[in-house]
Amino acid sequence: MCTVCGCGEGDQHGHSHEHAHEHKHDHHEHSHEHGHSHEHSHEHNHDHDYSKGEAGVHVAGFSQARLVSIEQDILAKNNRYADANRRLFNERGILALNLVSSPGAGKTTLLTETIRALGSEFPMSVIEGDQQTSVDADRIKATGVQAIQINTGKGCHLDGHMVGHALDGLKPETGSILFIENVGNLVCPAAFDLGEAAKVVILSVTEGADKPLKYPDMFHAASLMILNKTDLLPYVDFDVEACCNYARRINPGIKILQLSATKGDGMGQWLNWLKANHALAQIGIPEQEEPA
Amino acid sequence: MHEMSLCESIIGIAEEQASIQQFKRVKSIRLEIGKLSCVQADAMAFAFDAVAKNTILEGARLEIDEVPGKGWCAGCSTEVGISQRYDSCPLCEYYPIEIREGDAMRIKDMEVE
Repeated sequence: MCTVCGCGEGDQHGHSHEHAHEHKHDHHEHSHEHGHSHEHSHEHNHDHDYSKGEAGVHVAGFSQARLVSIEQDILAKNNRYADANRRLFNERGILALNLVSSPGAGKTTLLTETIRALGSEFPMSVIEGDQQTSVDADRIKATGVQAIQINTGKGCHLDGHMVGHALDGLKPETGSILFIENVGNLVCPAAFDLGEAAKVVILSVTEGADKPLKYPDMFHAASLMILNKTDLLPYVDFDVEACCNYARRINPGIKILQLSATKGDGMGQWLNWLKANHALAQIGIPEQEEPA
Repeated sequence: MHEMSLCESIIGIAEEQASIQQFKRVKSIRLEIGKLSCVQADAMAFAFDAVAKNTILEGARLEIDEVPGKGWCAGCSTEVGISQRYDSCPLCEYYPIEIREGDAMRIKDMEVE
């Protein structure tokens, strides 16, 4: 159950019956959850659908108007959820990565190839975010790794609350690697912290080399940039050096890797990056896990 | 796009405050949106009306104070105005500028009843 918002597992999803609840949210914070109709059946590891939400009905009363001071960051709630996720990851030595890109940059292929390469070394799991369909989660599950799909519906990004609930179902293992594949979008996911250790931005050479300049927030927020589909470089007009310079101008500390997930070139460095960050995530975790 | 979810966050905060500060309806709400934040003020206004339907914010007047971007240039030790997050110093071209103001998105206050 979600310890931050207090809504029990069955409160938000996982019901097998259908209802639209309108309880008053005076003690917790997921007001955007009002009135969901819960139509999916209850099973462990079920997928989450946020596309059916509709705000609850509140009836206004009359009293004298007054001014109340709020002074709160609009993202404060998301950040609270993200902090709770981050704490869980830290306590369990889980390396959580938030993978972001435009649609079609090759996130899911990179993931399936990564799982193939490292699946025997580390326990792994995946949270898949898309507006609709469970196609991506199905591709991951086909590799034998646990995956859960979140459909964001009208939403263009995952948020800390959605991920928190996905974790309830997924229950990632202590010492594992959790990949969170965000909705394909280089704008909105930059603003929403999920509690991850790092954002990894994936750019493919079939896109414009100037993307880091066009979507600076994302490249500023990312720790690692992967330039994917490098096997196609002979056929496209993509200036690798200029692209890397743009990314470093936005974010001087960003690390950059070039690889082809389908052909395997350059995958070694990505796997090394993962292993190094996984080792970091284990520091401070009691001994029985991963003797480094 | 994400202006929609930010509006939902605003409604969440308003509903939370409704029970703490005892009010039933919001007549107007004032936001402070930094020019360097990832929000477009007009997109926010557009999304607000749609998302506020059937909530305590339905029909509320939305006021947005836009806060200009300000940063500190380590190159010439001056506080400078910037219009984009990754601008270089308008005086000496130094980069990067340390952002001091204009990247926040806050709810300031609400007129309620």
